[in-house]
This record gives sequence, C-alpha cells and structure tokens, in this order.
Amino acid sequence: MTTTFSHTIPERAAVDQSAHPTKLQVNNLNFYYGDFQALKDISLSIPANQVTAFIGPSGCGKSTLLRCFNRIHDLYPGLKTEGELLLNGQNINDKRIDINLLRARIGMVFQKPTPFPMSVYDNVAFGVKLYERLSSRDMDERVEWALKRAALWDEVKDKLKNNGQALSGGQQQRLCIARTIAVKPEVILLDEPTSALDPISTGYIEDLINELKKEYTIAIVTHNMQQAARVSDITAFMYLGELVECGQTDQIFTQPAKKQTEDYITGRYG
Amino acid sequence: MTQSTSGASEDVTLGASPTEQSAVKRNRRLDGLFEHTTRGFALLVLLLLGTIMMSLVISGWPALSEFGWHFFTEDRWAANLDRFGALPAIYGTLVTSGIAIAIAVPVSMGIAIFLTEKCPAALRRPLGTTVELLAGVPSIIYGMWGVEVLAPFLQSHFPTIFPAGTGLATAGLILAVMIIPFITAITRDVMLTVPPMVRESAYGLGCTTWEVTRSVIFPSVKGGLVGGVILGLGRALGETMAVTFVIGNNLFFNPTVTGQGTSIAALIANQFPEADGLQRSALLALGLMLFVITFIVLAIARVMLNRMDRRAPK
Repeated sequence: MTTTFSHTIPERAAVDQSAHPTKLQVNNLNFYYGDFQALKDISLSIPANQVTAFIGPSGCGKSTLLRCFNRIHDLYPGLKTEGELLLNGQNINDKRIDINLLRARIGMVFQKPTPFPMSVYDNVAFGVKLYERLSSRDMDERVEWALKRAALWDEVKDKLKNNGQALSGGQQQRLCIARTIAVKPEVILLDEPTSALDPISTGYIEDLINELKKEYTIAIVTHNMQQAARVSDITAFMYLGELVECGQTDQIFTQPAKKQTEDYITGRYG
Repeated sequence: MTQSTSGASEDVTLGASPTEQSAVKRNRRLDGLFEHTTRGFALLVLLLLGTIMMSLVISGWPALSEFGWHFFTEDRWAANLDRFGALPAIYGTLVTSGIAIAIAVPVSMGIAIFLTEKCPAALRRPLGTTVELLAGVPSIIYGMWGVEVLAPFLQSHFPTIFPAGTGLATAGLILAVMIIPFITAITRDVMLTVPPMVRESAYGLGCTTWEVTRSVIFPSVKGGLVGGVILGLGRALGETMAVTFVIGNNLFFNPTVTGQGTSIAALIANQFPEADGLQRSALLALGLMLFVITFIVLAIARVMLNRMDRRAPK
C-alpha cells in the first residue's frame, strides 16, 4: 500500500496519483428513496486498482451508494440521485449515457449468488454475448479465462454443461464473479459478496479479491470489519447516510480520526 | 398415515405425568381426526371426477354405440333426422380456442412485461387493477358486447371476410379478449416471483429489458407461464355463454375460419334443455368429448414442460 488517500483528513491527503489514479469520483452525491434521504452529500474518490471497502451499520447507505455506481436504482421508480459521479472523469448520471453500456463497464456481484437458469458455460458467456461477437473458440477461451480468474475452473471444467443453479453456494458466487469479469468491466462492485457463504468459500472469495485488484478497481460493501481490514486498501465508514471518514485501511482501523469511527470498529455501537 | 390414533403404547411415557399423558392422548386423537378429514376431502375430488366421467360415459353410450366412429366424421348435427355428428362442434371448439390463444398469448406476455419491467409507478397500480377487474367480468357481458358491437363492426368494415359478422373467428376474438386479462394476471404474478437480485444481476451485466425477460426471467418461471396459458386455454375451450352469442350456431361443418359454426359448449347450451332420447345422449357424448379434449390439452402441457426440463441443463 503505497498510497495514502483521504478526503476527510487533509493532513493525510498526500495521494500518489500516478500509481493509482482516481477511477470513480463522487462529488456531493445525494440520494432519495421518495422523501427519505439515504445519502447526504457524499464526496470521495475511488482509486484504480485498489480495493475500497464501505463499512457501517445496517441502513447507513453503503449499499445504496454502491448501487449508485452502476445506476441499478434506475430500475425502480421514485428514487432520485443528485450530484456528480465520474467514471474516468465522465459523469455517469448524465442522462445521455447508455445505461446498459455503463453496467457492462461497472460489474456487480450481490449478497446472494444469482446464477441464471442456464448452464455454467452460458452463465459466463451470457454477458459477453451482449456486447461482443466472438467465435466459438474465442468464447471458449474467454469462459475458461473468466472461470480461472474466479478460481472455479478446476471445479467445473467437467460440468460446463450442467445447470449453474446446481452448484454449491460458494461455487455459485464464484460463478457470478466469473460472469462479471468475463465482460471485462473496469470496476467491480461487491455488495456483501460473502454474507451467504461459509468460511472456506469466504476465504476463496477474499483471496480472489486480492488477485482481481491487479486488473480491476474494486468497491466492496461488507458488514464484516475483519473482512474490510483483510481485503481493502481504503476504507470508508458511513453512518446514517453520511460519509464519516475515509482513508487508508491501516489508519482507519488503528488510529481513526473520528470518535464515531472508533466506536464502530471497536464494537461500541452498530 | 404415520401416526395411529389407537394402540398408543402405555409403557413408553417418557416419564410423563397423568395430565401430560391425557393431553398426549387427546392431541393424538385430534390429529388423527384432522388427518382423516383432510384425506377425505382430497379423495372427494377423485370421486367427483370419476363419477362425472362415468355418468357422461353411461349417458352418452347410446349415441356413441349407435353412431360409432361416424359420430366424429358426420359433418352435420341434424336433430330432425336423428343424425348427430360431432365434427362441426369439435372443429369449432378447437379453432376458436386456437385463435384465442394465438392472439392472447403474445398480447398478455407484452402487457405483463410492461407491468413488471417498464411501467411507471403511477400507472402500475391502476393498470394492474384494471387487468384484474377485466378478468372478473362475467362472460355474458363479453357475449353481449360481441353481438352488439364487435360483430356488427366486423361485418360493416370487413364484409368480405366476415359476411355475417358472427362466426368462428369472431368467437375466437371474443375469447381472446376474455382470456387476455387472465393470462396477463398469472404471467405478471409468476414474473414477480423472480428474486429482485437475479433481475438486478441481469441488468447489472448490461442487459436490455428484452434480454433480461427472454434469457433470465422467462426461463426461471417457464412452468408458471405454461400453467397460465393452459388455464387460459381451458377457459377458452369450455366457454359457453360468450361463444354462443357470436359463433353463429351453424350446425353444418364449415371449414372456413371466418364463417359461422358452433362449438361443443355452445351446441350443448342451445339444445340440451329441450333434448331427449338419442339427441340427449348425443349431447352428453359431446360433453364427454370436451372433457377428453381438456385432458389431452393438460397432458400435452405436461409433456411440453417435461421436455423443456429435459432440454435445460441439469
């Protein structure tokens, strides 16, 4: 971890921009579910090829924020986003942005595995087919590549034609990760990706996150603070829709600048 | 039955007090009673089906034995000549239901997709309620509307296609209108059973609504979809009142789809009250045919579903 990163603690803002340029920049983001304001004036930046973890008690808005990044909120009526969200400097809240293309650029993995009702192979190939025309040989290679990156290839290489929904929970989640990286996104959003998994599967996924950050920018929401400490470079602590503190994970967990953060990570409230 | 109400062994009491033991006995007796009652209700269904089937066979037998296979090939239903052919009615039933399904299925799927995926919040509830209300409109209303509005409209605007206004195609149209809300409501409900997260994952990959619906949602609920279509088809096959109004009630076989004809249900409804002897028996045999056709439809649906399951990856 060579970078120091922060928005809330100026004295630590010596960011090494050359190693990890900003991938996603959030400027004064507000978000409303109807009348309820779920995000309050959030500003932070997510550096490329780093793992940024969002922690905080339930209902603090961390998942809501993550879901702003690929505008999945657009599926539901009555939700409103204000402010700027820049991907490589381009505002993704601009209505002229093609939302499907945006989502192909910013992949997402959910709390529970969500394999589609099709074979293991097709699950991985499905997203690729939407935007690329590959020969069947290239597609085979892509599927194998993605499954290997997701550390699932050895377990499923003999059952690619089997239904993806017949895999175990941990395998299904890695299948979903393979499906997400198969389309070669720039950013991967992980919304509590291990909350439904056993410790062994969780270990696999955490190792995977460490591997994946070499090629992708990763944002992860987690309830598990040890997990945040293990996998992330940057940690952002949120509370009641506000970003309380954001900085290098080491610093957040050892010497948080805010009392609220300290109380939360030491388990005094949550 | 896994538990017996009688013969509870007294020596394995798990150290229960007399009060507990009497409670155990009472609970067992009541649970046994409950089990017998529910099983009785379930068996009643079988009994009903069996006796209805049997009475149709017995009452229709005189006509079936009199005409044999000619019952199915005779091209007219002529009561005055005691010649009863089921062909016009069976043909009419199949054609009208076929037209209805061909129109209703794509339209219903379209409405259901719009309601679940694309509909603005302000419209969702009113539209959904309207669909449910339409599904509850009595068939005689559709019948009167068909004969008062639809048939004259078709006759005056497309006189070459619908010379009489009424006919098999008109009946098919009315049936389609009747079963669209029905199939729509079921399709929407089964589509909503797909977990939001699965839907979001598909959109999250960059899918369009069409791709999400076709590749993820429909395959997830195909059983429910087929079920909805079959329920609609079942309703179309047996629909009597609305069809009787607009089908033309022509008792001679006429293969023209837009021409006048009859259906099993319409024919029975028209003639049964005043029929006796061989005619009555023939009508009952016709009812048996409707029964058999419905069974065949259900069986085909089952086979289709099994085949889909077999083709899907295990």
